[in-house]
Amino acid sequence: MAVDYIYPDYEIIRDYDKCITCRVCERQCANEAHEYLPQENKMVCDNAKCVNCHRCVSLCPTRALKIVKSDHTFKENANWSGKSIKEVYKQAGSGGVLLSSMGNPENYPVYFDKILLNASQVTNPSIDPLREPMETRVFLGSKPTKIERDDKGRIIDNLSPNITLSMPIMFSAMSYGSISYNAHESLARAAQELGILYNTGEGGLHEDFYQYGKNTIVQVASGRFGVHKDYLNSGAAIEIKMGQGAKPGIGGHLPGTKIVGDVSKTRMIPEGFDAISPAPHHDIYSIEDLRQLVFSLKEATNYTKPVIVKIAAVHNVSAIASGIARSGADIIAIDGFRGGTGAAPTRIRDNVGIPIELALASVDKRLRDEGIRDNVSIVVGGSIRSSADIVKAVALGADCVYIGTSALLALGCHLCRSCQTGKCNWGIATQREDLVKRLNPNIGYKRLVNLLTAWQHEIKEMMGGMGINSIESLKGNRLMLRGVGLTEKELEILGIKYAGE
Amino acid sequence: MKRVYVNEEWCLGCHLCEYHCAFANSGEKDMARALRNIKINPKIKIEQSGSISFAVSCRHCKEPLCVKGCITGALSKKDGIITIDKNKCISCYTCILCCPYGAISPSDDGAIQKCELCIKNSEGTPQCVKGCPNGAIVFEERGGEI
Repeated sequence: MAVDYIYPDYEIIRDYDKCITCRVCERQCANEAHEYLPQENKMVCDNAKCVNCHRCVSLCPTRALKIVKSDHTFKENANWSGKSIKEVYKQAGSGGVLLSSMGNPENYPVYFDKILLNASQVTNPSIDPLREPMETRVFLGSKPTKIERDDKGRIIDNLSPNITLSMPIMFSAMSYGSISYNAHESLARAAQELGILYNTGEGGLHEDFYQYGKNTIVQVASGRFGVHKDYLNSGAAIEIKMGQGAKPGIGGHLPGTKIVGDVSKTRMIPEGFDAISPAPHHDIYSIEDLRQLVFSLKEATNYTKPVIVKIAAVHNVSAIASGIARSGADIIAIDGFRGGTGAAPTRIRDNVGIPIELALASVDKRLRDEGIRDNVSIVVGGSIRSSADIVKAVALGADCVYIGTSALLALGCHLCRSCQTGKCNWGIATQREDLVKRLNPNIGYKRLVNLLTAWQHEIKEMMGGMGINSIESLKGNRLMLRGVGLTEKELEILGIKYAGE
Repeated sequence: MKRVYVNEEWCLGCHLCEYHCAFANSGEKDMARALRNIKINPKIKIEQSGSISFAVSCRHCKEPLCVKGCITGALSKKDGIITIDKNKCISCYTCILCCPYGAISPSDDGAIQKCELCIKNSEGTPQCVKGCPNGAIVFEERGGEI
């Protein structure tokens, strides 16, 4: 193209007083933004290739590099932002749908940041988690509504299969294919060490990872990639993916370039073919149809594993959840509009779905009002950024949370949102061998264990402050929450009072 | 005896170990000041072919051919570590020819140089290990002598 309408978003700033021309930046940039000029013994760079992933910045031994946002500007106005202008130029040039990665970055309210937690003072004692026992263990699955006894008065075991977690956190679905083998290994090993679960996503389960089965959720999604009997029986639970927070209402598309070697074998599709997951499950057009799949999967696994149904948080989420709770599913997973993705059409990611806080509050209320809350556990995802978000989510009614983006950040992800290029410099969202190698699972899994151990400590501290010694007592305990900067309607949906009330 | 081992599987060929080695032995406080505008001559070197790479440095052998071959007694082994006495070295390079790993090289000041596990510089522990971003070089006890 003769005219390039777009100026690079980022500028690589090199401090030449610090640069020792070790060329690590050049070697580590898969986008080839850095170049060495041997005659001048000097490093130069091409800003247009930089995606701001910080690989070079983090590895530069003398801290000679930094990335700044370009201050180059269009003649913007309140209506036509630089971003909007740029997107028009891009589409006028390419004729294509805009693609993006990771979660919705737009300026919508983050309700977690407008909710505050309670603490005990004078009239009720707080608890010191370092001195007294504090329970963060949770059980996910359908709970019996009454105690049954046999004719001799002994309690009959009428529990349906439940999952036990050491803390109310699981790693959310990220497929082998969308992320690398080493990223999967890190998640699986961390889940095992922590006593929690990770999720295969819709990419099947690599044969090397069957050993982590007790800590695995195996997913069945609309493309049914990698699903077979052994796969279903290998995990601790089965998840039917109906939707994803980053792209509600649409399917998935893993480009053929990523369907290589083991990825193709694990997905059970030919090498080099695009893996297209349809938008709907073509056998599910109603709750009754969903019920059939739930029971097909239970039948296939001899009723030994709980079935999760994952949906995106959309407008009628509470009615949909009510249907799911009656479908025989044991757990409902709801993914908010901030939820991440390896690739989604930008317009969908940025404009479809609703905030997870509101979805969670309304689903929990609806199920309680209908007396079916105990039929299912609720798991929420879609941008859980810290332990405080988890405590707030549990108090709003969640049994557990899914974390995806936070887990990837722990592995080195810098949210450069270029997953769709397959050139992840951190070895996460790529299948290129030389790049995959950059994520050493021995280091990666420890970082995940560190993160969640720290979060567990913080959850205990916050619970202790509220005088609560068990996560079960916090669940749905909305009296522990107060809102700030919220309207009457928002408070009503969240089911919480305003600060000071 | 703790030694430097290389996990070739995780080596990225980034060459950072070479720079950390050169810096550790430069005596300077600041890496940029120490290494700017010079061609480094590290004691650990990356060997690379295609997609395979790994760092090579002295193995501190059980039966060190370099020590045997040294004609002046400049190389000696004490507490499992082979060290060089630069005052005795006459730069005959016999050790360089003897070493089966190519772990010894000429230094910039005439004598030979080899990895001494950073015991002689201010760091005290191998800096290539500390500087490796991917756990490809480790300093650990694996039992026995090589």
